[in-house]
Formats: sequence, structure tokens, C-alpha cells
Amino acid sequence: MLLISALVSGIGLGSMYGLIALGFYLTYAVSGTVNFAQGSSMMLGAVLTFAFARTLGWPYPLAVALALLLCALYGLLVEFVAVRPFVRRGSDAWLMATVALGIVLDNVVLFTYGKEPRALPSPLAQTPIELGGVGLGVYPLQVLIPVIGLLLAAALHALSRRTRWGTGMLAVVQNRVAARLMGIPIRRVVAVAYALSTLLAGIAGVLIAPLFNVNADMGTLFGLKAFAVAILGGITSAWGVMAAGLLFGIAEALITTTLGSSYTQILSFGLVIVALALRPSGLFGRAEAKKV
Amino acid sequence: MPRPAAPIRSHPGRRALLCASVALGLLGSGPLLAADPIKIGLVTALSGQSALAGESISRGAQLAIDEINAKGGLLGGRQLELVRRDDESNPAKGVIAARELIFKEKVAAIIGGLDTPVAMAIVPIVNAEKVPFMDPWAAGTAITKNGASPNYVFRVSAVDESVDIGMLSYAQKTFKTAKPGLILVNNPWGESNEKGLKDALAAKGMSAVGIEKFEGNDLDMVPQLTRLKAAGADTLFLVGNVGPSAQVVKSLDRMGWKVPVVSHWGPAGGRFTELAGPNGKDVHFVQTYSFYGKQSPVGEKVIKAMMAKYPNVKGVGDLTPAVGIANAYDAMHLTAMAISAAGSTDGEAIRQGYYKIARHDGLIKVYNKPFAEGKHDALSPDDYVWAQFIDNRIVPVGVTN
Repeated sequence: MLLISALVSGIGLGSMYGLIALGFYLTYAVSGTVNFAQGSSMMLGAVLTFAFARTLGWPYPLAVALALLLCALYGLLVEFVAVRPFVRRGSDAWLMATVALGIVLDNVVLFTYGKEPRALPSPLAQTPIELGGVGLGVYPLQVLIPVIGLLLAAALHALSRRTRWGTGMLAVVQNRVAARLMGIPIRRVVAVAYALSTLLAGIAGVLIAPLFNVNADMGTLFGLKAFAVAILGGITSAWGVMAAGLLFGIAEALITTTLGSSYTQILSFGLVIVALALRPSGLFGRAEAKKV
Repeated sequence: MPRPAAPIRSHPGRRALLCASVALGLLGSGPLLAADPIKIGLVTALSGQSALAGESISRGAQLAIDEINAKGGLLGGRQLELVRRDDESNPAKGVIAARELIFKEKVAAIIGGLDTPVAMAIVPIVNAEKVPFMDPWAAGTAITKNGASPNYVFRVSAVDESVDIGMLSYAQKTFKTAKPGLILVNNPWGESNEKGLKDALAAKGMSAVGIEKFEGNDLDMVPQLTRLKAAGADTLFLVGNVGPSAQVVKSLDRMGWKVPVVSHWGPAGGRFTELAGPNGKDVHFVQTYSFYGKQSPVGEKVIKAMMAKYPNVKGVGDLTPAVGIANAYDAMHLTAMAISAAGSTDGEAIRQGYYKIARHDGLIKVYNKPFAEGKHDALSPDDYVWAQFIDNRIVPVGVTN
């Protein structure tokens, strides 16, 4: 019973990490860059949904749709302001610039939304699932999140294989120069990848909001764990990233349940280091062949 | 994401620094006139997650100052003036604020310390500079028991080690607790209470069936709670800020585990019932004061004055968090009495002045000789009240013994 409950809550948590980590995968695949402040993008999704649905009292679907649209636009902004100018000059300063933009966003939210944590109730997060009269320790929403996460990973996979945009993206990944010569608008492909990446983080934010306290620094720890997950999964595979998210979440929950919470952070991050030492390109990644 | 430290600012030129220090020196060394106000520094969080609590401290202290000034001030007609600084719950900013208040504003005393880590960072400075520091909130045991001699730190608030003794007594009385489980935030505040609770249990020949920690940003405490349940806990002792405390309650709800929860005062720091859902009301937590229920004449007076001074205070429900207002109000009055007894604004004289206070009819209680050498805490477990959220209001439901 202990283990079942740990497993279910681990899968719920893990798929949230996976969802945010998918955003790292997306932009890294096409541009070799990431938005280090994905946690802040997640927070933006949750805070905007709260603002539209609770503060302004709009219907939930409209609030979510608008919040996600704004998240995608924020992704375009991140790419335009914090990534493109540096990549153009061959600088790695986008590393710092994306972190800085995330801090700016956190503080803008602090300033406008306030720092008092708020709750965003959802009918899917009120009555826990019971098995034979015993609470399993999860709301239906926590089971829905992995389903949505896997569906999104599948959709990304299909998008990259079946659509013109997707094959364009893959072409950019394989060979930038050749892709440009073939008339693929690289800049636009990268911008779209950033929009999709913050959109994914925004979806994670909307899904997590009812389970969590909505406030400006809710994304910090998630962003950090999601990055660990992306690296662990080998950042170059959508399935790998999602699977690594689930593994990390389950490991966390199992360690807490069996050994106690004092060991959770030490052991779960310790495991990441061990895994990466054994497989430097991640659990599911392929070593990058540098072509000269 | 790990947040890299802010880039180091380029150093201002040496000459500019010299000019600035000369200018400051000139400003600070003017002759003291009889009508010069006595400055009281206030260091607390005025922005951020604890802003509401910081504002309550600020209002409590200001109300006391208004009353003292209306009666003609101190030391032969000098008015009191509150100089407020925001520490943003950040120890480094608290230290900067305390230094500025001491060296630039030349305050007679500092009121402050909302977060234990911030207060702990300020303690060495005030002891070195001999400026009395009155803590109206932060409960860390080591703030007043800091080992310094002479010790310039006083407190009118709950103290962790006393709260922990109180939590156990209240739980035993109310829930017949025999096998408590501890669920604590993983930071210095949690640690301070882990030690306090262990000591309190040991003193009664008991021990905790399990001790679990959570991070301030955790959202699922089911695994930790599952361990405590498996260990046979019959009551949970909870220590954490309002956000994670709410997550503990939600996790209990998901598990379908109905267990009494006795908590430190974290839940009082925000919209606990909104965050924790319907079961939030079942949590019993410690307070030093409540404006609900029958009030003393001082209580009536404070409620009336607050409603007159602040337009957004429509009733006692808006006097929140009550502990901030009440602690700071009493702390400011006691500090003023210490200054009067000292007959000057000299730090050491004020420190001795605190010891000379014989009796004060305060808001929280009647203080009889509240401070003595080695006793810098004015409140004890018997002064605490235990409360629950009922209809979104913090309502007292019991006393410690």
C-alpha cells in the first residue's frame, strides 16, 4: 500500500518535471540553446490563469486559452530578447540572459500579482481517488497529468516526423547551413520552438496550479529539477526526457517513503550524478557526433 | 534555476567615498536639541510574502508611538519617530538596514525581526554596537539566548522552545496525544523546533514516532506523511510557513487520514483556509493574542484606535495578523518605558531600563517585571492562546494548560 501510493504520487510529480523538461528538449534540438528560466514560464502560466479565472472571473476555458497564448508570446520574447542577439554574435551569454529575464519576470509578477500565495481550486483536485475505501493519496488531476504529458510527447514526436514544420525543424537540427540553403527559415523555426517550449511550461503551470500554491517563486524548484531531468534524459529525445521525468519523480517518492525525507534531495540528485557519470549523454540520449 | 549572485558593482572612487563619509559625519554630529525626536528603528519585511505580517508589526508599533507622543513624548517632551526599513525577509538586507539605522539614523533602539534568520543576522551587530533590539515576532530560541554578555536583545513574542512545550501540553490535554509525529520545514526554524520538541518530549519521558522534513516549495507531502502514519502517529506537530503547511493539510486530505494537527503559528501568516481547503479549519495553532472574544480595556482601546487610524480596518477581522499588532504594540510601550527609566537614549542605559520596568498593563497581559538579567523574553507558554480558522477568522479555542 505504501509503495503503490508512493508510485502514484511519484508518477504525478515526475510527469510535471517531464512536461517542463520537454521545453528544454525542444529549443535545444533546433538551436542548441535553452531558456534556463523554464520554471518562471511555468509560474507565468499558473499566475495568468489565476488572474483571469479568479481575479477577473472569466470562464475557465477562456482563462486557460488566453494564459497559454500569452505564454507562447512570452517564449517569442525570450528568444528575441535573451537568445537571438547573443547567438548572432556567437556568444554564450544567452545562458545568463535567459536566467536574468526569468528573474525579471518573477519580480514583475511579485510587483503586480503580489507575493501572497493563492489557491486555484479545481473540481479535479478536490476528492482523492480511493481504492477499496483507502485514499490513494492522489487527486484525479495527478493521474491526468502523466496522461497529458505522454500525449504531448507523442504529439511532439508526430509533429517532428509528419509535418512540414517538423521536418524543417529536424533539418535545422541536422545541418543548419544545408537547411538554410534549402530555403528553411531558420530564425522562424527557432522562434516557434521557443514559443512551443514556454507553451509546454505554461501547460505544466496550468495543470500544477490547482495542486499547489500559486505565487511568484513557485517555479524555481521545478525549473531546477526539470533541467536535471532534461539532462538525465539526454535532452535530444522527447521520449527520453519524459521518461527521465517519470523516473526522477518516482525515485524521489520512493526514497522519501522508504528512507525518509532527510535523504530525498541528497539521494535523488546523487543518482542523477551517478547516472550521468555512467552515461554522459543521458539515459536515452545519443552521443553527439561532431562533424568536422 | 540556480540564481547567480548579482554582479559586483564597480567600486566608487576613493575620493567620492571620502567626501560622502565627511558629509555623513557632518550630518550626524549636529548638536542635540531638546525637541529632537527620539528615533526608533524598525526592520521587518515590508514587501514580499511576509509583507502583511510586517505591516502589522509596523502598525502596532506606530499606534503605541502615537499614544506616547500624544501624552507628550519621552525624556522631557521629545517625540518618538519610527524609521522603517524593509528587509524583504533577506538576512543580508536586514543587516544593511540595521547598520544604516544605527550609524546613519542613530536610532535609540531597533524593533524588528520577523524571520528568524534575519533576526539572527542582526543580533551580533546590535550586541557589538550596544543598541537595544526588541523582537516582536521571530521565535527562534537563540535570538534572545544568544550567549552575548551584555545581551541587548529582548523579545515580546512566542519562543520556539516554549511553543514546543506548549504544543505538547495542549495536544496531551486536547487530543490525549501519546505518539506524536513531527513534520517540519527543512530550514533553521524547523531545526530549532525539532530540538525544542525533542526536549519537550524527553522531559515527559516520551519520544516522537517519526520526524519528517519538507522543503518550502514542496507540493506533495504524501510520502512523508505515509511514513508517519505507518509509524503509528496519533497526532502531528507541524512547523512551517503558510504555503507548505497548507500542502501538508491537502496531502492528509488526499490520503484520507484524519489525524489531529497541532501547529506552530505558520498557518496564521496568510490565506490558510483558501490554500489548504476545507480541512484547514481542523489545524490548531499557537497565537500570542486574539482580538476575538472578550477584550480587556486595553484591547477595546487598541481596536477603536486602529479603526480610526486606518480606513481599511473595518472590524477586528482586519486586525491581522493579530500577533504582529499585539506583540509590536506591547514591545514598543515596554521599550518606551525602558527609555524613560534610562533617562537618556544611551544603549546601555536603555538595556538597564528594561530591567527596571516594574509593571505594565499591556494588551497581551499585565507585565510584572517582564525582563531581568538572563530573562529577555516577556512572554511564557501560559500566555499563549490556541486558535483555529473558523469562517476564515483566527478564533481562539483554548489555552496551553
